[in-house]
This record gives sequence, C-alpha cells and structure tokens, in this order.
Amino acid sequence: MSEKQLGKKVDRCLADGAIKLGTGLGLGIVFSVLFFKRHTWPISFGSGAGLGMAYANCQNDLRSHYLLHKSEKVGL
Amino acid sequence: MLRACLRGANATARNNCRRNPLTSVQHCRHYTAGETSGATKVVAAGLLTVSSGIGGTILYAKWDHKFRAAVEKNVPYSDLLFSLALGPSSQEGLPIKKQTELAQPPSMMDKQVKASKAKSEKKVKEAAESPAKESSPATTQPAQSIEEASVEATHIISAIGEVPSVPAPCDTESAAVKEECKECHDHKDTPVTAVVHPNTESPVAMEPLKERPVEEVAARLAQQDQEEQDILASVSASLEESLASSAKTTLQAIGAQEAALQAITQHTHKLKEAMEAEVPPQEKSAQWKDLEAALANRTCAMNDASTALLKANETLGSLKSVIDKSKGLNIAAVHPLVLAAEENLHNMIVDLDKVVTKVQSAESEAKIVSQYSELVNEAKQQFQREVSSLTPEIQANWKGLTGKLSADDLNALIAHAHRRIDQLNRELAEQRVREQIHIDAALEQQKLEDQKALEKAVNTTLQHVKEEARLEQERKLGELREVMEAEMRTQLRRQAAAHTDHVQDVLKVQEHELRAEAEQVLSSKMLEQETRYRQLNQEQLDNFTLDMNTAYARLKGMEEAIDSHVVAEEEARKAHQLWLSVEALNYTLKTTDSDLPTIPLKSAAEAVRDSCHDNDFALALASALPEESLHRGVYSEASLRARFNSLRSLARRVALIDESHNSLYQYFLSYLQAALLFEDEQKAPPTQLSREDLDPFKLLSYASYCLEHGDLELAAKLVNQLRGETRRVVEDWLTEARLTLETRFKTPCARCSKAAPERNRASSMFHKDSCLQPWKPREDGQRREVDRTTARDLGLVSHLVTHSATALFTVGNSCWR
Repeated sequence: MSEKQLGKKVDRCLADGAIKLGTGLGLGIVFSVLFFKRHTWPISFGSGAGLGMAYANCQNDLRSHYLLHKSEKVGL
Repeated sequence: MLRACLRGANATARNNCRRNPLTSVQHCRHYTAGETSGATKVVAAGLLTVSSGIGGTILYAKWDHKFRAAVEKNVPYSDLLFSLALGPSSQEGLPIKKQTELAQPPSMMDKQVKASKAKSEKKVKEAAESPAKESSPATTQPAQSIEEASVEATHIISAIGEVPSVPAPCDTESAAVKEECKECHDHKDTPVTAVVHPNTESPVAMEPLKERPVEEVAARLAQQDQEEQDILASVSASLEESLASSAKTTLQAIGAQEAALQAITQHTHKLKEAMEAEVPPQEKSAQWKDLEAALANRTCAMNDASTALLKANETLGSLKSVIDKSKGLNIAAVHPLVLAAEENLHNMIVDLDKVVTKVQSAESEAKIVSQYSELVNEAKQQFQREVSSLTPEIQANWKGLTGKLSADDLNALIAHAHRRIDQLNRELAEQRVREQIHIDAALEQQKLEDQKALEKAVNTTLQHVKEEARLEQERKLGELREVMEAEMRTQLRRQAAAHTDHVQDVLKVQEHELRAEAEQVLSSKMLEQETRYRQLNQEQLDNFTLDMNTAYARLKGMEEAIDSHVVAEEEARKAHQLWLSVEALNYTLKTTDSDLPTIPLKSAAEAVRDSCHDNDFALALASALPEESLHRGVYSEASLRARFNSLRSLARRVALIDESHNSLYQYFLSYLQAALLFEDEQKAPPTQLSREDLDPFKLLSYASYCLEHGDLELAAKLVNQLRGETRRVVEDWLTEARLTLETRFKTPCARCSKAAPERNRASSMFHKDSCLQPWKPREDGQRREVDRTTARDLGLVSHLVTHSATALFTVGNSCWR
C-alpha cells in the first residue's frame, strides 16, 4: 500500500533521529567528560551532529524515490 | 560553448581564407608573370593544332564523301559542322548509282534475250529446213512429226532463251522462274513467242513479260501455230494441186509429144517408103492414102502436142508462180514442200524439153524428108509437065505406055530425054562447079544452125545443170541442216533433261512446302474445330453443372436454414447459461465479504468459462480478466470508497511534495498547509478541468464527490491527475480502482455478448450505447433490452470493449507522465 509508505518512512526517520540524537548526545557527553573537560559544547555538538545526521538521513529517505541511484541505468 | 568554438573557428577560417586567395592569386600572378610566354605558347600551339585538324577534316570531307559520311556517323554533331561549312552532303550520287545498277541488269538481260533470239531464229530456220531436207518425198506425216519435233526444239530453245535470265537480278528472277514454270506447264511454246516477246517489249522493262498471262501467250502461240498450219496446209495443197496438174499436163504433153513423134516418124517412114518403094500402082494409091492419113495424123498429133505443150507450159508456169509465192511467204515448214515441188518442176521441165527436142529433131528429119519428097514430087511434076508438054496425049503414067507410043513420040521423048540429060549434065556440071560453094554455104548454114542448136542445147543443159546444182545445193543444205538439227536436238535434249531435273527438284521442293503449308492449315483448322467442339461440350457441361449446383445449393440452403435454426436454439441456450454465469460474476463483484476486502473471482470466472466454452469472445473476455482479480479478487466500490476517505487526509498532508520540493522543511510546510487549508468535502467536478482545478485539494474533493455518487471511473480519472508525492501515495488505490473498473467493465459486455440469438440490430446498437455509458446504477428494464442482443454482434462489441479498455489505460498512462 503506497499510502502506508510515508508512515513507514516517518517512523524510520523518527527512530533514526532518536537513535542518532541519543548517540550523539551520549558521545558528546562522553567526549565532553573525557576529553573536553565537561564543556557543554561537545554535548551540543554531538547532539547537533546526531540530529543533523538524522535530519539528513530522514530527508534522504524521503527523497530517495526522486533521486537516481548509481546502480540505475538511465536512458538519455 | 561548442557554438562559441565553432564561431571562433569559422572566424579564423574566414580570416585564413581571406588571406589565402590573395596569396594564391599573387602566387599565380607571380607564376604567370614569371612564365607567361610558355603558357601562351602552349595554348597557341594547342589551338593551332585543333583548328588545323578541324580544317583538314573539313577539306578532306569536301573531297571524299565517304569519309564525310563516316565522320558524320561516328562523331555526333559533325554533320551540323559539315553542313555549315560545306553545305548539305550530296546524296544524289547514290540514287544515280542505284539507277545505273538497275539499268545494267535489264540491258544485260536484253542482250542475252537478243542473242537467244538470234540463236533461236537461226536454229528455227535450220530446224525448219532440216525437216524439209528430210521430207524430200514430200509426205505430210513426216513433216508434221518433224514439225512437232521442231516445235519441241523451239520450245526448249525458248526455255533456254529465258534460262540465262534466272541468275540475273533478284527482281526479275521470280519473273523468269515464273515464266519458266509457265512454259513448263505450257507445251505449245514456239520460238516465235521468244522471238516476239523481246521484240515487242521495251529493253528496260522486263516486267511486261510477267504481266502477259499464260492464256494469252498460249492463245497467241496457238493462233500463230494455227495460222502457220493453215498457211502450210494451203500452200501444200496448192503446191500439190499445181504439181499434180502440172504433172498431169506434163505427162499429157509428153505423151502427146511422143505420139507426135511417133506420128512424125511414121509419116516420115511412110513417106520414105512412098518415095523409094517401087510398088504397083494400086498399092501406091493406098500408100498415098496411108501417107495422107499419116500426114493428117501427124498434123493432128503435132497440134495436140503443141496444145499439150502449151498447157503444160502454162501449168508449169503456174506451178512456178505458186512456188515463188510460197517461197515468198518465207515460212519454215513450207520449204521442204517448195523444194520438192521445185525439183519436180525441174524434172518435168527437163523431160518436157527432152521430148520437145526429140520431137524437134524428128520434125527436122521429117522436114528434110518432106523437102526431099517435095523435091521429088516437084521433079516428077516437072517431068510430067515436060512430058505432057511434049506429048500432050500421053498420060502421066508413062511407064505402062510402051506399046502405045509412036516413033515420033518416042523420038521426041528421046530427044527430050537427051536434052534433059544434057540439061541435067550441064546442071550437074554447074552443080559440081558450085558444089563446093554450095557445100560451104550449106556447111556454113549447117554450122550456124548447129551452133544455134548447140547454143540452145548448151543453154538448156546449162539451165538444167544450174537448176540441178541449185537443187543439189539445197538438198545438201537441207541435209546439213538436218545433221545440225540432230546435233542441236541432242544438245537440247541434254539441256532439256537437265532442265526437267531442275524443274523436278523445284517442283518437289514446292510440293513439300505447299504440303507443309496445307497440312499446317489443315491442322490449325482441325484444332480450331476441335477446340470449338470441346468448348461447346464444356459449355453444355458447365450449364448442366450450374443448374445442378443451383438446385443443390438451394437444397443445401434449406438444410442449412433448418440446421441453423437448431444451432440458433442451441446458441440461445448456451447464451442464457453464459448470462447466468456472468450475472453470478457481477454479483460477486458487487458484494463483499465482511472479513476480506476482496473476494477472488476465480470460481465465478471458472463458471463463466465453462459456460462459454464455444463462444470465443466470451472466452476471450473471461481469460482477459486480470490475474489479480481472479486470485485475489477486486475491491468493491464501497471498500474503495472507504479507503479513499482514509487516503484523503494523507494526500492532503503531502500536497506540496514533488520532485523539486521534497526536503523536510517542505514536508513541514505541506503539513502546515494541510492543517490550515480548508476545502469542500465534496465538490462536483466540472465538465472540463482547467488549470486551477488541477490543485490536489480540489481534485480530492471532486473525487470524493464522484465516489459518493458512484462514479468510480471519473473519480479514478480525477485522482489520476494528481502529481508528485500525492500521486505516489494514492498510486495503489488508483491501481485497485483500475482493476475494479476493468473487471467491472468486462462483465456487462460479456453479458451483452451471450444474449439470445435474435437478429435485431437496433437492439444491439442500443446495447452498444449502454456499454459505453459511464457506470450508472443499472435498471432492470435495461437488462431485458440487453438480453435481446444477438450472438452475431460479438465482433463489433469486442472491438468496442478492447477500444474502451485501451483508451482508459492509455489515458491513465499519459496522465502518469
């Protein structure tokens, strides 16, 4: 069902975003704690990176239909 | 960029080109400037050569016409050049040559003909004379046979006269051959014709020979022949007549002359006897009577002889004239007769002359004797007179008077006798003296007479000899001619044999040809007849078969009608069955189970297929139902409607997303739009969509309206107009809707197809319309009308079905782009 695709994609996005956000946050915290003397910026950096990645992924996923992939052969 | 490059390249090229011509011209100029004299020299030399060549050609062509003709033939436009330079080529020379050529053979022909004519004339004369020589006895039969032979010979000669013409030019060959053939058929040719024809015809035109018909020639020849024959007959008759008459008269004359001769001799003898014989006086008177009788006889005979002679001479003269006349006629066949007649004449003349000379000699003798007798008589008379003068009393018959005479008388007598003796002595002396003179004179006279006689005799003999010599010559000539004729005949016979062989060959060939031709004609005619016969036969057969066929066909038609009725009934039953199964299918299509959105149509389709096992259209339609529908089933309208309603909100939410706008931000915006935008739940779609109507929200509202009103097709069409993400979202729904539509579209047409077989075209037309109409809730009335369609309109309906299905799909496909 094509109408369910979008829902599925959105689910994936959210999951992915959550994961990445969490991972980024975690990594940020870790790095902040470990290497960056408990500055906030790695946390925000990490979470931001994670969020950004999630955003990018989500966008890519949602766009994927409209993009030509390397494996596809396109006739000119 | 490419264009810019090209432009730059062009510009550079143009520049280069502009520069290059200049340089090349300069180069050329330099080139030419440097070596102008050489080029001009070459050019001038070439021009000179060409012009000299052309001039020489023209001059030579002027001189030699053959060369000109050859050049004109070989070089295409040289004739124009020549006509300009020299005037039209002289073509008069050729016709003249041809004329001379044409004139030559006729002249040659003429010469040949003339030579042949001369030859033939000579040969004819010889042929005519040699038969004459042969027939010197002058019998008609040999003459005629020889005539015939001569005719044949002359026929052969005439043939020969034509033969040299055969190898001559072709235009006369046929004529000559024809002539030959004519003469072969016609055996009455004589040389006269061969002679006459070239004489009468002009030397150039041999054609009149061709034109003379055979019958005319034959008639002419026959006529001439006849004339000759007539003349010959007449001449021979006249000759014979005159010969006979002259012979008769001559014989008569000869007889008369002989008789005269006899009479003369007799008379002379008698006279001699009377003179010399001493017979008694009684017998003397008898003697004298006899003598007188003899004299009378002689005179009579002489007269007769003279008359006879005259007559004979007359007849001979006439014969001579006739002979001369016939000689003057100058006809060949007459000559022998003439010759014979001449000979006869000559002989007769000779005999006559002989007899006449005999008679003349006898006459002269008789004259002498008569003179002598006269002298004697005179002397006697004288003596008598003397005696009587002396002695008048004494009778004449003094011999018997010895007793009666007196002495005086006796003395007187003696004296008288003495005196007479003296006188006689004196006369004798005188005579003796004049003897010599008399003898001389007599001799002279005799000589003269002898000479005359000699001359006469010589003349006559000369004439006779001349005549004989001439006759001999003519005889010899005739013999020679005969010999030549025989030789000629053998040669001619040989040639005739050769000719006959040739003619036989030609005839054989002709016979073959004619036979072949005739056979061909015959076979073609036969073939024609046969084909006609066969044609007629065939026609008859065809007509009969046609009639039979028509009758049979009618019978068959009737049988078929009956069968078709049966078949139609069967069909109707089957159609009904099919209809029932389709109805079942339709019902299945309509209704849905509670748990499954779709029901597989397989069983129903199976039922339809079973019931339409012999109906190809329905079979096709049943098989044409998509696999999906069979296995999985189709969505009913209600389910589709529900689904659409659930879809609608999602579609609204992704209304702004398409290929270009598909970032997350766009998604957020589209969500926002969907939240903030309000449109009608359902809106009636316009009949024509405009650009504003292509807005997704509007389309969705139109589609809802359509769905609510049961127009799935239109709803699908409207949904088809969605683009972008919205389209992706509703894609599945659209597919399902299409499937449902397809399945649903086929079933009414399947139903249409299997109705009872009624031949009602109007109902079928109506039904067509009902098929094409947009899906509306069916009414029972329609169903009945639908049932009335015929089996025979399957084709039309199937066409419509396929057309509509394809139209729908193509519309969908085009809209997808």
